[in-house]
Amino acid sequence: MTTTMSSAEPTRRDFLYVATGAVAAVGTAAALWPFVSQMNPDASTVAAGVPIEVDLAPITEGQAIKVFWRGKPIFISHRSKKEIEAAQQVDARSLPDPQTDAQRVKEGHDQWLVVIGICTHLGCIPIAHQGEYDGFFCPCHGSVYDTSGRIRSGPAPANLAVPPYEFLSDSKVRIG
Amino acid sequence: MSGHSTYLPQSGFAKWLEARLPIFSFVHGSFVAYPSPRNLNYWWTFGGILSLMLVVQLLTGIVLVMHYTPHADMAFKSVEALMRDVNYGWLLRYLHSNGASMFFVAVYIHMFRGLYYGSYKAPREVLWILGVIIYLLMMATGFLGYTLPWGQMSYWGATVITNFFSAFPFIGEPLVTWLWGGYAIGNPTLQRFFSLHYLLPFVIVGAVVLHVWALHVVGQNNPAGVEPRTAKDTVPFTPHAVTKDAVGMSLFLLFYCWFVFYTPNFLGHADNYIPANPGVTPAHIVPEWYYLPFYAILRAIPNKLMGVIALFASIGILAFLPWLDTSKVRSARYRPIYRQLFWIFVAVCLGLGWLGAKPAEGGYVLAARVLTIYYFAHFLIIMPLVGKLEKTRPLPNSISEDILGRKTVAAMLVAFAVFAAGLVGFAAPASAAGEHGAPVPPSLSWSFAGPFGKFDKAQLQRGFKIYKEVCAGCHGLGYVAFRNLAEPGGPGYSEAQAAAVAAEYNIKDGPNDAGDMFERPGRLADAFPSPFPNDNAARAANGGALPPDLSIIAKARTYERGFPWFLIDIVTQYQEQGPNYVTALLQGYEDAPGDFNLPAGANYNKYFPGHAIGMPQPLSDGQVTYEDGSPQTLEQYAKDVTAFLMWTAEPHLEARKRLGLQVMIFLLVLSGLLYFTKKRVWASAH
Repeated sequence: MTTTMSSAEPTRRDFLYVATGAVAAVGTAAALWPFVSQMNPDASTVAAGVPIEVDLAPITEGQAIKVFWRGKPIFISHRSKKEIEAAQQVDARSLPDPQTDAQRVKEGHDQWLVVIGICTHLGCIPIAHQGEYDGFFCPCHGSVYDTSGRIRSGPAPANLAVPPYEFLSDSKVRIG
Repeated sequence: MSGHSTYLPQSGFAKWLEARLPIFSFVHGSFVAYPSPRNLNYWWTFGGILSLMLVVQLLTGIVLVMHYTPHADMAFKSVEALMRDVNYGWLLRYLHSNGASMFFVAVYIHMFRGLYYGSYKAPREVLWILGVIIYLLMMATGFLGYTLPWGQMSYWGATVITNFFSAFPFIGEPLVTWLWGGYAIGNPTLQRFFSLHYLLPFVIVGAVVLHVWALHVVGQNNPAGVEPRTAKDTVPFTPHAVTKDAVGMSLFLLFYCWFVFYTPNFLGHADNYIPANPGVTPAHIVPEWYYLPFYAILRAIPNKLMGVIALFASIGILAFLPWLDTSKVRSARYRPIYRQLFWIFVAVCLGLGWLGAKPAEGGYVLAARVLTIYYFAHFLIIMPLVGKLEKTRPLPNSISEDILGRKTVAAMLVAFAVFAAGLVGFAAPASAAGEHGAPVPPSLSWSFAGPFGKFDKAQLQRGFKIYKEVCAGCHGLGYVAFRNLAEPGGPGYSEAQAAAVAAEYNIKDGPNDAGDMFERPGRLADAFPSPFPNDNAARAANGGALPPDLSIIAKARTYERGFPWFLIDIVTQYQEQGPNYVTALLQGYEDAPGDFNLPAGANYNKYFPGHAIGMPQPLSDGQVTYEDGSPQTLEQYAKDVTAFLMWTAEPHLEARKRLGLQVMIFLLVLSGLLYFTKKRVWASAH
């Protein structure tokens, strides 16, 4: 379509060629959209991603459990007094990703730490009650988190993420 | 691929690359400056159309694989999940399944064009033989692909086709066992067929590259069948052939999209919406329409081994065509006798296709034998003799002398329409209904029929009530989730209403922390639970008959519409045989005629194939209370529940028809623009 267009003035021929090319280009782009869109989570995956409810009663002090929400592991840690104090006594400003412990737990539920158990470095699953701060330790590349799930050393750039959740009662949370 | 290149690299980079990998001059020589005979008609655009279809099939196929599970227990379900839950999944699958048919429509036209204009004659023998190889690869790929949904036709088609190989003496049985990877068709067969179905298209791509290479060495044939002599006989491929091909592609896409958006299941078989059942063969086992002529040849021969040999010979003989045709003249235009024989041969092929879809009995078999003999005689006797005896008309001295003023476009469109209709016409769905003397269900008018069809929300809600209060006692709805009730294009419940419906059901879940299974109220994400824990329990509770899952029943049932209705149905988009049948069945109960031997525990239904149905009459007047004042009659109940089941079978029907209209309008505009662009490009060439 770029053959013999030499005149400086736009002609009817140019218009026809440009219009045809533009319509064909728009059509091709539109036709590609389903091929892109089909990669997104399908309706059943979206529907299965609704919030989950977790009963906290069986979790004893000092115990951390793992539940799954949207395919991600969620750590629910029942912290001891010592762990809570260790988390609260740190000066948040000195941390790589400054956050106070109060910002990471729900008010009045200091003993419960709920975090997404995925290392913010490259996605491995840290191990609870390990590492220098007895919080979480990621065995893949050595990131160390404290009892509030905050990054203290190692290559991870951010604290363990806190998922959306709320307390339905003192012994029941809804995550999601 | 050619020695025509006049490409001169301009930029520094182009010069640098040209010295190392002359890809620009290669493309330029093969697809830009390449001299194309100037008298090519639109039949020559099918080469480009086939390339387009190959790309469409590759793209859609690669995407389908992302959602498909090649396992005997999960394949069918994964295809349904694709159609229902994946974004545009229904579109991608219908593009692929109809794309296979369109690929064959185009290849048959391409082949018959070659036959008519003598494109296989020297020096184009290798080009032609490569084409035959591509055709064989296409047939294998199409067959393998059709088995993947693992429906009834997939399973039994695979059984019949693989049994071809059991015809060989001594090695037959071990060969078939080897092909299957078991003692019957099963999961190992499905997995290897899936692997090969993914592999063969790339082999086709390789063969196409060779085909195009050979084409660019010997040059294109043309309607006059004389070789180009001077530069005046050809035009540069770009823009002339490119714009002309684009017009052909755009019109072909219109034809293709008509099927995809409006009659997506016309070319398939209703039986393939029934999951594979190794214990029951469908009443009429028919291959896809594009294999029907060869299937007729197979069945025409009364000996198993000879039938299989005849089938392969009928395709293989094409490779010998360059030597069977003894004529010095290529184009049938200048061969008055051969031209008529060509059309007779086309009619014989169509006739064989029609017979392939008919039951192998009585006059059909006799007719198939006559046509089979003619088919082989055309190649083995007629072509060698006519080539020698025929008095041909004088050939033009050159292509430029041959040309023009031939107004072939309109004639070609008509011919294409007739040809395509004839080809796809074989797809006339064969079903058991009508074959056992059962009356044909009345054609009803449905709100969801036609290009602008939409579901009637109130009707779907009434139909759902009937399902819930009556059908759900025995029939599952396993592919439908509660969330679907609140989705657009459905019965129009709110999410809260759908959640309330879900909560009425108990769903088995678990195991819990103690390792026990437990029941909990349903949630939006759950599917409708089956009323029975397994098929055996369902049979035991229903006198040995298994109540089928109703999710796709409206697409899994049909009846024969007969000639010429199945052709008219393509144009009118009447695709409602399934709903007609379901409605009729619900109202078809009556007392068995005196001479009918009704088995114990069965009921007589005049629309049910064989008439003896396990299900007692499920609905009667006044049984279900309607709040909206609709008549509480059996007739109304039957229509309402059928409409609901049509929605469960095709939940994206409204979206499909809406998008279809947009696509149709777009392609009409594009075709018009391309046509005028082409005219302008060619104006200077004439």
